[in-house]
Amino acid sequence: MIAEAGHYALVLALGLALIQSIVPVIGAKLRDTALMQVARSTALAQLLFVGLSFLALVALHVTSDFSVANVYENSHSLKPLIYKITGVWGNHEGSMLLWVSILALFGGLVATFGNNLPLSLRAHVLAVQGWISTAFYLFILVTSNPFLRLANAPMEGRDLNPVLQDVGLAVHPPLLYLGYVGFSISFSFAVAALIEGRIDAAWARWVRPWTLMAWMFLTLGIAMGSYWAYYELGWGGWWFWDPVENASLMPWLAGTALLHSAVVMEKRNALKVWTILLAILTFSLSLLGTFLVRSGVLTSVHAFATDPTRGVFILLILCFFIGGSLTLYAWRASALKQGGLFAPISREGSLVLNNLLLTTACATVFVGTLYPLGLEVLTGERISVGAPFFNLTFAPLFVPLMLAMPFGPLLAWKRGDLLGAAQRLYAASGAALIAVAVLWAWVRGGSAFAPLAIGLAIFVIAGALTDLAERCMLFRVPLPISWRRARGLPRAAWGTVFAHAGVGVALIGIVCESTWNTELITTLKPNDVAKVAGYEMKLDDITQRQGPNFSELVTHFTVTSNGKTIGVMTPSKRNFTTRSASTTEAALLSRGPSQLYVSLGDAAANGGIAVRIYHKPMVLLIWFGPVLMAFGGLLSLTDRRLRVGAPKPAKTARALQPAE
Amino acid sequence: MSLWFLFALMTAVAIFAVLWPLGRTAQQAKGGRESAVYKDQLDEVDRDVSAGLIRPAEGEAARVEISRRLLAAAEAETETHATPRIGLRRAVAIVALVGLPIIAGGFYLRLGSPQLPDMPLADRGSGQGASASLEQLIGQVRAHLEKNPTDGRGWSVLAPVLERIGRFDDAAEAYRNAIKYDGDTAIRRAGLGEALVSAANGVVTADAKVEFERATALDPDEVKARYFLGVAAEQDGRGKDAAAIWQAMLDKAPPGAPWRPVVEAALARVGAAKLPALSEDTIASTKDMTESDRTAMIRGMVDRLATRLKQNGDDVEGWLRLVRAYMVLGDRDQARDAGEAARKAVGQDEARLLQLKDGLKALGL
Repeated sequence: MIAEAGHYALVLALGLALIQSIVPVIGAKLRDTALMQVARSTALAQLLFVGLSFLALVALHVTSDFSVANVYENSHSLKPLIYKITGVWGNHEGSMLLWVSILALFGGLVATFGNNLPLSLRAHVLAVQGWISTAFYLFILVTSNPFLRLANAPMEGRDLNPVLQDVGLAVHPPLLYLGYVGFSISFSFAVAALIEGRIDAAWARWVRPWTLMAWMFLTLGIAMGSYWAYYELGWGGWWFWDPVENASLMPWLAGTALLHSAVVMEKRNALKVWTILLAILTFSLSLLGTFLVRSGVLTSVHAFATDPTRGVFILLILCFFIGGSLTLYAWRASALKQGGLFAPISREGSLVLNNLLLTTACATVFVGTLYPLGLEVLTGERISVGAPFFNLTFAPLFVPLMLAMPFGPLLAWKRGDLLGAAQRLYAASGAALIAVAVLWAWVRGGSAFAPLAIGLAIFVIAGALTDLAERCMLFRVPLPISWRRARGLPRAAWGTVFAHAGVGVALIGIVCESTWNTELITTLKPNDVAKVAGYEMKLDDITQRQGPNFSELVTHFTVTSNGKTIGVMTPSKRNFTTRSASTTEAALLSRGPSQLYVSLGDAAANGGIAVRIYHKPMVLLIWFGPVLMAFGGLLSLTDRRLRVGAPKPAKTARALQPAE
Repeated sequence: MSLWFLFALMTAVAIFAVLWPLGRTAQQAKGGRESAVYKDQLDEVDRDVSAGLIRPAEGEAARVEISRRLLAAAEAETETHATPRIGLRRAVAIVALVGLPIIAGGFYLRLGSPQLPDMPLADRGSGQGASASLEQLIGQVRAHLEKNPTDGRGWSVLAPVLERIGRFDDAAEAYRNAIKYDGDTAIRRAGLGEALVSAANGVVTADAKVEFERATALDPDEVKARYFLGVAAEQDGRGKDAAAIWQAMLDKAPPGAPWRPVVEAALARVGAAKLPALSEDTIASTKDMTESDRTAMIRGMVDRLATRLKQNGDDVEGWLRLVRAYMVLGDRDQARDAGEAARKAVGQDEARLLQLKDGLKALGL
């Protein structure tokens, strides 16, 4: 009964989504409040039914009901409970159900917390959400139904892909989907604004929390995905410029641009048309990501199944929403009132520069990801666009972006003073130069650019702190007053500091890891000792062990440094019999932000075993940076105050200058 | 019945969600206002100025800008006023009352399987034990073999079991080990070949064919290997060679050989009609007949079956047998018609209908 009830709940959600798509639009057109209010109750009911449906699928996986095809294909009765639950979205059908559940969750949140929105805007936003939901419910029911049954239920399931049997699956996909799908709200707001033909600073105020939330989750989702790949795949790599990774990076870049341009719009009522376009593009790129990953165009651990009808269906959804929204944009954007003007050297100007660089970077990734696919479709020729392309195109865009980053917050709205900002960044530049000099003198080997890149990272971090110091007038007024000012600062300002510093922190990690990592690939027998980066690693033993649904080859390494034992590492290799696949479980030992990384290769004939040992300096900073960024986003999100960009009146500004 | 009750309840909740706002009066539904945002912004400027975050002059400039926006927004808001449309609300209510159940019911009845109960593993006691103990036994044997990888007898016991439960790659590996450590026999070579074929979804690969040839070299009468060599020939498009191999097998077959029906079916598939698996007696009695007599006799049997099913359509197995017989006779259209008739005959009973659907799918209809 659970299976069928879940199935029926999903069908009912489709019915409600259809009503939600149509009735509120009519209501808004005819100004009937009751009809507009239908959007709200249907959105909540939709959330209820999709939620029930999702819970039903979880229950089926937990009880190993193999009469459900989805459970049979992706579960196993001996799997630990947590993987039975996470396995729900570790397959195509279940992950699409998670997708629509999160979509309904955001719809329900807008319905619940959207009290401050004008009725017609809320009705339109929820109606657009209804269109998206309808398309995806149809997709799920027609091509990827997780509730299809088997008349003769098998006694045992086919188990989950072993690579996915990891806590990472509990964290990465839900976070990533919260990000992807969260941008659907910005999209709905943009389309609603286009339909209403009116857009103002208030719009940006309303859409701000949703964009921030989506951006935060997407940042965390990408970072967690990267960390998972790092420890699970056994190669110690954390970013491969793989099309699937690029698919998540593109909406992130566009979303980051959107976040910044929306600030201009909220505070200064400018950049309105551009912000709308970015909102549309960001969600379009999320949809594109879903298409690339779910259609089977790409083969990777993310492509659970390749079924051409699914690809065609998602492609249709893609064309409808991207094509439709851009057509609407082309048609209505000219009718929108343009916003205010500003000088190129100003806070707005710096945010425009940020947008230019971020969208160009996004376009670069777009080309690098889709060009090989297009070429293969047209000519059948297979090429791979890998790290060299992205390093050559992406880095030149990010260097100016990061150079400009500390200047932005220091410039005033409307008219800024570049020289003044530069003067205030003397300390930060000094810190960066010292870092470069010390690194050049101190470290050997590696690229000559590495110290420069670290200097840049230090500049970004110090720049973020400078902004903070300026705002609380540190060293210019007595400390207690500075402290009071710091506490009185809007949380959004703190958010900016953390997010910008996070970028610098991540850059330090990236540069250190890729320049100074040490790698040792060798074959060890028990009691052999390997030496890596000043650490001695002794292989104690190789043993065999039986897990719940796998057998495991476990090794123990004792790690010593300067004769002192600092830890034991136990990398292993797991063999999953049901899928006849094996995974390497790398062992990690953190020393501050640096890590030792051991993963096992194949057993050799003489009783030895191949091992790969890496020493990765500062590697944890790569993920700590994004966590800082997301924390900054959270701070900004909790800042419920209104934002006003106080312009600096031209005359008074000059008059005040000498006083500083 | 409680399932349908639950469906009805859920539908009622969904309909209620649409009807509820329609019944409420306009006053209760108040939205936010754009001007509220600007008023809040003005307050914010005042707060910032008094906290010393922005200078009074800047604050004044901001206030002017925001006031301008506030005026524009207030103007736009006075233009709009609600116009209730009672008729339209009633229409939407009717759509919800009728449309929702129709959409939901329509989709669900096409896709769902309301006749199937849940089958959580914990409630399927007996079967689970059997399967679990089989897995356990395999686990024990594997553990033993990991310690004694040269125990050929162990491998030769494990191999067919692995093949039976569908782990073909493991089975092939086990057969190879058995051959390596416990001697080369025709049966093991044939088993290895079969595992390779199953792993390749039924395609006799070049590797598998080599194994079957080795098996027949060791024992020219190895049944499995010869059968699969026939399949290999068939898949290469050499139907005649395949028929020759299988015909030779049948000619030499001892009476009552269990594999006879399989080979006969295969033979029928490549067009050398030696039709549906008949009992030894029937075959004996057809020996003296001419080809046309024999076909007529088979036709007669098939027709009798068809008549019986027309009178009593509950027998799903019978229907499937009939469809299979038409397929073997090469009469695809009639097979399809029989399938349709069967669907109509058992239409009332969901469980049988599913069995029939599965059966027809297996027959390639």
